[in-house]
Amino acid sequence: MLDRAGLPAKDETTRRVHFRGAGFVPASSRFGGWIALALVIAIWQAAGSTKLVNPLFLPAPSAIARAIYQLAVSGALWQHVSASLLRIGIGWLLGTAAGVAVGFAIGLSRLARSVGITFISALFPIPKIALLPLLILWLGIGEEPKIATIALGVFFSTAISVYSGVDAVPRNLIRMAQSFNVPFVTIVRKVIWPGALPAVLAGFRITASVALLLVVSAEMIGAQYGIGAFVLQAGNLMQTDQLLAGVVILSVFGLAVGKVIGWLEIRLLHWR
Amino acid sequence: MDLIASHITHRFGDLAVLDDISFTVSAGEVVAVVGPSGCGKSTLLSILGGLLQPTSGAPELRGAPPADSLNPLTFVFQDFALLPWATVEENVEFPLLHTQLSAAQRRALVEDALRRTGLTDFRQTYPKQLSGGMRQRVGISRALAVKPAILLMDEPLSALDSQTRELLMEDFVRLLADGGMGAVYVTHNLEEAARLADRIVVLSRRPGRIREVVPVPMTRAARGEITAREKLLDLQNQIWSLIRNEAIDAEREVQHA
Repeated sequence: MLDRAGLPAKDETTRRVHFRGAGFVPASSRFGGWIALALVIAIWQAAGSTKLVNPLFLPAPSAIARAIYQLAVSGALWQHVSASLLRIGIGWLLGTAAGVAVGFAIGLSRLARSVGITFISALFPIPKIALLPLLILWLGIGEEPKIATIALGVFFSTAISVYSGVDAVPRNLIRMAQSFNVPFVTIVRKVIWPGALPAVLAGFRITASVALLLVVSAEMIGAQYGIGAFVLQAGNLMQTDQLLAGVVILSVFGLAVGKVIGWLEIRLLHWR
Repeated sequence: MDLIASHITHRFGDLAVLDDISFTVSAGEVVAVVGPSGCGKSTLLSILGGLLQPTSGAPELRGAPPADSLNPLTFVFQDFALLPWATVEENVEFPLLHTQLSAAQRRALVEDALRRTGLTDFRQTYPKQLSGGMRQRVGISRALAVKPAILLMDEPLSALDSQTRELLMEDFVRLLADGGMGAVYVTHNLEEAARLADRIVVLSRRPGRIREVVPVPMTRAARGEITAREKLLDLQNQIWSLIRNEAIDAEREVQHA
């Protein structure tokens, strides 16, 4: 007789095992975020249009959009954005180049590590914007002190993320390469660099926001053009629509940088 | 080319790990090293392969390596040690990149190594896409590409499930069949040792000393036969009785980390 692996007979009472494995797997839906964003903007717009909120304190989204459009048409937008972009671009590149070089040195050499970590630990916590007055004394009141502030801010974060990345490269891969007599330079190029790359790219995300923060702060302290200077000016003149236009542009810039780094991660780290 | 362990002693700080280990691996010979866990088997292999400086004594080579050998002492690692960002093909080519070989010569070596390990169809895949067994085949393929005289295998199957282990053991038997390659095979698995080795070096618990060197009185080909099973089991039992008590002690040891 086939007893169907001991299944209960029809008249037997059984209890079902209670399912308790639900939850804790948050999945993000594709449109949820956009719908929420649109909803918030719609409520904000409605509050503005019905004069529920004083437009001086919080201009409606449509007013901000109009301000951005006018800025773009007059050419002022490009003037401010290009000034900021130039400072960020040069400062970030200088800071990143130096940070990657020093980070690798600390990751690979005992001497560089003992010296470098001491200095980085001492200097990293300083808010770099506090050095701007000193840098102005040293470098004059032109672009140089702003660029130097950004470069310094970017340098320390980059150096730290690069040497942590080098430290995180599995030692067994380095031993493997040594066991095949692979020379030092090839180990650095083919094992340590790709192994450290995820941490380096993660560092770029941080340094991009550091650079944005510092460029705005530096421009607020002393600049004629630049998004920071523009936002400060608009605030002084109580042009809140212009002020928020500047903030929106900063947000868009931050998003764009995030997208670029995301794209780089997909291209360079597809093996993960 | 022979590999000689000559009075190798090693300490990690206060901890004596290996004590005066001496033996010779002749050309084409497969020597297994077994012992209770923590007896310094893997440390010994690192020392033999020049990855770790012993406290005293030294690994030595006698005679010239085969003319075409690019890396006479070549490791196969327990954790495979594959570059995760490189394809199978690139991983196998990795130890050839710094050599004087032309691209065509490198390709030929890679091709041959992939073919011998059955990886030809997987050349473009990444390690994370492969099963554990296939990953270790990549590790073996990479080792074969440099034409080793002696393979230094550090528990090469212990990260794998038992079915995969069986299949790879068959691969090893095949690869070692022509006697062109010798091996030092470190394992805690006595069955692997009995199936593959010409001689089995049995180490004592820490500090590792040679307790006995047990020859396996059968050709590797003959060990595949049903009739050989009993003899191999006897051999395994004989070795197990040598290390059982120490294995119990090793297992009950409290770690002072």
